Amino acid sequence: MSDAVPTRTVGDLSDLPESAAGASHLVWWGNIGFMAIEGTAFALAAGAYLYLMSQTAGWPPDGVRPPDLLWPAVLTLGLFLSEIPNLWVRRRAKAKDERGVRFGTLAMTVIGLLLLIPRGFEFAHLNVAWYDNAYGSLVWMLMVLHTSHLITDIGDTAVQSVWLFTHEVGDDQFADVEDNANYWTFVVLTWLPIGALIHLAPRLG
Amino acid sequence: MSARRLALLPLLALSACEGGFQSPLAPAGEQAASIGSLFWLMMAVCGFMYLLVLTGLGVSVLRARRRRGEVRAPSINPGDRGLNRGLLFWAGLIVTGLTVLITGSFLVERGIAEARARDALEIRVTGHQWWWRIQVRDPATGGWIETANELHLPLGQTTRVSLGSADVIHSFWIPNIAQKLDLIPGRINQVDLTPTRAGWFRGQCAEFCGVQHAHMALDVKVDTPQEFATWLASQRRPAAAPADAVAARGLQVVARGQCAMCHAIRGTQATGRAGPDLTHFGARRSVAAGTLTMSRGAVQGWITQPQAVKPGTMMPPVALSPADADAASRYLMDLK
Amino acid sequence: MTDPRTPAVERGKLRVSWADAPGIWGFLTTVDHKRIAARYILTVVLLLFLAGMLALDMRLQLAMPDMERMTPQLYNESFSLHGSTMLFLVSVPVMEAMAIWLVPLMLGQRALAFPRLAAFSYWLYLGGVLMLWVPHAFGITPDLGWFEYPPLSGPAYSPGHRADIWAQMITFTEVAALSASVNVAATVLKMRPPGMTLARIPLFVWAMFLSALMTIFALPAVMLVTSMLISDRLVSTQFFAAGAGGDPVLFQHLFWWFGHPEVYIIFLPAAGFVSVIVETFSRRTLFGHAAVVLSMLGIAALAFGLWVHHMFAVGLPRLGNDFYTAASMAVALPAGIQIFCWIATLWSGRPRFDTPLLWVLGFIVTFVIGGLSGVMTASAPLDQQLTDTYFIVAHFHYVLVGGAMFPLFGAFTYWYPKATGRMMSEFWGKVSFWLIAGGFNLGFFPMHILGLQGMPRRIYTYSEGMGWGTLNMVASIGSAIAVAGGLVFVANAAWSFYRGRAAGPNPWDGSTLEWAVPSPPPPHNFEATPVVDSLTPMWTQKEGLAVMSGLAVDRREVLVTSVVEATPEYRQKSPPPSIAPLVAAIAVTILFIGSIFTPWALVWGAVPVGIALTWWFWPQRERAKTGPLRARSR
Ligand code: HEA
Ligand code: HEA
Ligand code: HEC
Ligand code: CUA
Ligand SMILES: [Cu+2]
Repeated sequence: MSDAVPTRTVGDLSDLPESAAGASHLVWWGNIGFMAIEGTAFALAAGAYLYLMSQTAGWPPDGVRPPDLLWPAVLTLGLFLSEIPNLWVRRRAKAKDERGVRFGTLAMTVIGLLLLIPRGFEFAHLNVAWYDNAYGSLVWMLMVLHTSHLITDIGDTAVQSVWLFTHEVGDDQFADVEDNANYWTFVVLTWLPIGALIHLAPRLG
Repeated sequence: MSARRLALLPLLALSACEGGFQSPLAPAGEQAASIGSLFWLMMAVCGFMYLLVLTGLGVSVLRARRRRGEVRAPSINPGDRGLNRGLLFWAGLIVTGLTVLITGSFLVERGIAEARARDALEIRVTGHQWWWRIQVRDPATGGWIETANELHLPLGQTTRVSLGSADVIHSFWIPNIAQKLDLIPGRINQVDLTPTRAGWFRGQCAEFCGVQHAHMALDVKVDTPQEFATWLASQRRPAAAPADAVAARGLQVVARGQCAMCHAIRGTQATGRAGPDLTHFGARRSVAAGTLTMSRGAVQGWITQPQAVKPGTMMPPVALSPADADAASRYLMDLK
Repeated sequence: MTDPRTPAVERGKLRVSWADAPGIWGFLTTVDHKRIAARYILTVVLLLFLAGMLALDMRLQLAMPDMERMTPQLYNESFSLHGSTMLFLVSVPVMEAMAIWLVPLMLGQRALAFPRLAAFSYWLYLGGVLMLWVPHAFGITPDLGWFEYPPLSGPAYSPGHRADIWAQMITFTEVAALSASVNVAATVLKMRPPGMTLARIPLFVWAMFLSALMTIFALPAVMLVTSMLISDRLVSTQFFAAGAGGDPVLFQHLFWWFGHPEVYIIFLPAAGFVSVIVETFSRRTLFGHAAVVLSMLGIAALAFGLWVHHMFAVGLPRLGNDFYTAASMAVALPAGIQIFCWIATLWSGRPRFDTPLLWVLGFIVTFVIGGLSGVMTASAPLDQQLTDTYFIVAHFHYVLVGGAMFPLFGAFTYWYPKATGRMMSEFWGKVSFWLIAGGFNLGFFPMHILGLQGMPRRIYTYSEGMGWGTLNMVASIGSAIAVAGGLVFVANAAWSFYRGRAAGPNPWDGSTLEWAVPSPPPPHNFEATPVVDSLTPMWTQKEGLAVMSGLAVDRREVLVTSVVEATPEYRQKSPPPSIAPLVAAIAVTILFIGSIFTPWALVWGAVPVGIALTWWFWPQRERAKTGPLRARSR
């Protein structure tokens, strides 16, 4: 075959490293992509909430009490405190500290599971069922959306932790730990507007 | 270039469609008229721009033909001074065109929304799968007179119609008179109609609303003020008493049988609300939301076999003996 | 790009490292972007044919007044299936497929950023196809159009599973599209060849990148809204129930938040095809590269501010309507600038009228009509007359067929030799062009007039007295001609696959990197990494394409570069073939289908999905030698 397109070699790439971390890393961008998708979904769900809120005279509708504040307060505090170990794990991952990431991810798994307890109570104290009215449907939708992200990330952290304890950790896995820590931060941060909508918005109107 | 000749075709074809039977371009209402002129403004601006595009393309092709056979090594980043200026000019032209069109739209939209001297007349239209409930406020008594599938409007006056829906989303549209507006459950929309030409018109549901969306038409009659007064007076009256024995039997069938579960005939025992009011059914122009032209045969066919005439309609077939069906259709036709 | 100096041993090693397993196992496990794209495209062609037949069937029914060959139910199913297939299963996926196939080749890369994710995208897309068409074979077909407004689609008015099938088909295809978009976006950002700074990104790659970004910000809306619809139907939430504080109009806002950008997600890639074809066949670099990039950016940004123009008849505040009118019309500026740049390139170049360029000429003549009718409907008052009539049907077929399908057919003809190693027949190519372009215009132009004569869309019949008969007949004849042309096109492609003239690496003398590799490209695409010095490397480096050596040959490796300057950063391992994407897709399929019947599917269905994903992402490395869980004996 005369398939040859002539080439001339002008350089060599074999000196380049075989891995990277942070924003240089390819997977980091994939992670950003998925956060953008989920962030958009959160924003649109919040938009739907605000839209119906603006269409409705009483919010919450007559006879419905706003969700109780105690458990979400506990949860929110917990989420914020969890950022301390989370950011620590992230630093350990950047420092490629094997021991640090093994025990760090384990700790984060446990913390995550503990946080599901106040989340469970929060569900029980929403004071409205999803089928009662559109307000209830929206509250439940926001809660379910956020909780599913919480659970996904806890599951991911748990799997990661098991893997880290049982394997030799390479550079790529340190990068994965870093990405996973970033994702937890994302889940914590998205809770701020969502939690505010669920718990504060009904108290304003 | 044949393409250029093609460009003129649309204009010819469009002018041919003026005067269409259910056409927004044959206005018989102030709203439709102002939108109609907006359409022609759009056609002018867009047609002009389209001609420019075709000319540019046509000339490029012709020039290329003339230079056929030249060497074709690719030329890289040729200086494009002239073309750059052309691009700026073109962008300016587009901005100008858009400014005209946006301003035009804005003015027409405002014109439609503008408060007009309104007649006291109040009309409510409710969409049902697949027919129209129509209620007119009686200026004399303040009560609501109900009818269905045929809308009467007084010529030269502005009537505000309130639109609601009993089930799914429909859209209220009488192209010759005004723009369309949706009927949405949980909302009341309002549209102003100012007819400027008397006569019969046709409206049609314009939002897909299920299996018989195609047969959800609305007869519209623009009446002179006297005609309108006469029509209103006739609608105010309860149903006519049967004129003979056959019609009396028809009354029995309709008002005592299953029909009465769904239909109301004022002045009889029939007070159902699930279907159209039949009090002055015989005076209407068509049957079942424009599905059939009014005739004795059509009515009889409809009441015996509604599912064959309009498959999927909410009116079930009711078992009637031929004689009962005959009597019922006779009675219904007499309900003028 | 077979460098004669590359030692045969190394070339052999590369082939081995990037080869798929033979046979069916290789088919199921491949992560080769070219194979994945090819199966996407074959699926799309099949669906285009099926949905085209549905369209012909509808045209038969509408050809004359009062026809009774179709029941209203059958007609409603036909346009619903036609519209849903064409938009969700044909137009969007085919553009993704072209990106999956072309983007790595244009970037001088051996693979996409996430090869397994691409395989997963296809399998899920296939799930969506089966979700819609298998129930159809059993007589359960969605029947409420390609957007199913509640309350009509709600629990009260649509019992049964037709609406659920529609909603879940969307979830499938959107997850697939989102995955593909993240993949393409990451590839464009991080895997450009050295030297390809932002300013040297080919237009096609820009188009695909922007389209991917729009997908990321638009598609979550439709997934959200169809999930809300399903939960209204399944667990009695009240999102769209007017009686319980919900609002049917909320559905429309969310749907069109997605629906409008969606049409530019289809159009931008088409604009990318057009730019490439115009450049190659005009024999000059495209006039106004920066202007075209900026207008694409402008369209992508504006796209998110227009959705209300699909809702002008809903009765929203008029001031709002006026705003959306202005925003919608503003799109004419970037669109018009693009048209100018393409024509200016032809004007100042020395065009060669091969079939791909014919498609572009057909595109300009046809698409501009559709664009201008779009400007007309963008005017709120005028749209309140035109909406839901055949004028709209004409508008969107002009932009979809003329604006997206014509460029696609051109692109198909243009890259066919690269994909197969053979040329398509020019003669039959031209025959199919004239049949499709002529038949289409004959068939759809009259629909504008029908709309202006008041013919609403989505009606299964009309009476003779309406006077719509003649034009409908013309429309049907034209459509039949166009579909015949489509068949000629497909037949030409099939015949040329076996009998076409051998193409060689660069039959059209194209300017971008995909033309540097043999036709068809080997599994690893490039032996060495090209270095780019301009927008048109194949034209500016005719004496010899600059390349860099050093990527591994004995394992799968790709080059990752920096976002702005594309300076090499590191060498990334690229995953080998795997069955995990297919298994994960099957697990997700079970979850989606289960959730039509019971909400608990979301709970138990998540277990197999979790297992599949864990298996997929489980890194293959040595067992730990340290720590409490270290491997103690070996
Ligand atoms: C590829 C798909 C595609 C594309 C590119 C477009 C492009 C445009 N569309 Fe279209 N549209 C659809 C697909 C598309 N559309 C579909 C599928 C629907 C129907 C959905 C449904 O209801 O089923 C729809 C419906 C639709 C509506 C709603 C109609 C209704 O339901 O009532 C509107 C209203 O504003 C609209 C407007 C526009 C505009 C302004 C553009 C612009 O982008 C066009 C810009 C291009 C040009 C204008 C041409 C080139 C410019 C010049 C030559 C410059 C000179 C011009 C002037 C000075 C005016 N479209
Ligand atoms: C890309 C999208 C696309 C395409 C290509 C088409 C193509 C066609 N469409 Fe479709 N159509 C829609 C998208 C599309 N349509 C949508 C979204 C709706 C709205 C549905 C709704 O209301 O919900 C609709 C609705 C719609 C209606 C209105 C129904 C109604 O409102 O009652 C009609 C009626 O005539 C129609 C006809 C046709 C015809 C005759 C073709 C022709 O087939 C066009 C001409 C022929 C070709 C373009 C070539 C065909 C190709 C092949 C046979 C295979 C070739 C393969 C390769 C080259 C790879 N379509
Ligand atoms: C279950 C309810 C129901 C019953 C029972 C019923 N109808 Fe109807 N009817 C309807 C509905 C709903 C429509 C509107 C149908 C349509 O246009 O799609 C209708 C329409 C009609 C119309 C046309 C009205 C118009 O404005 O064009 C007539 C006449 C009619 N019915 C007569 C009868 C007679 C006579 C009977 C009994 C033999 C009967 N109906 C029984 C529900 C019912
Ligand atoms: Cu009512 Cu369509
Ligand atoms: Cu749009």
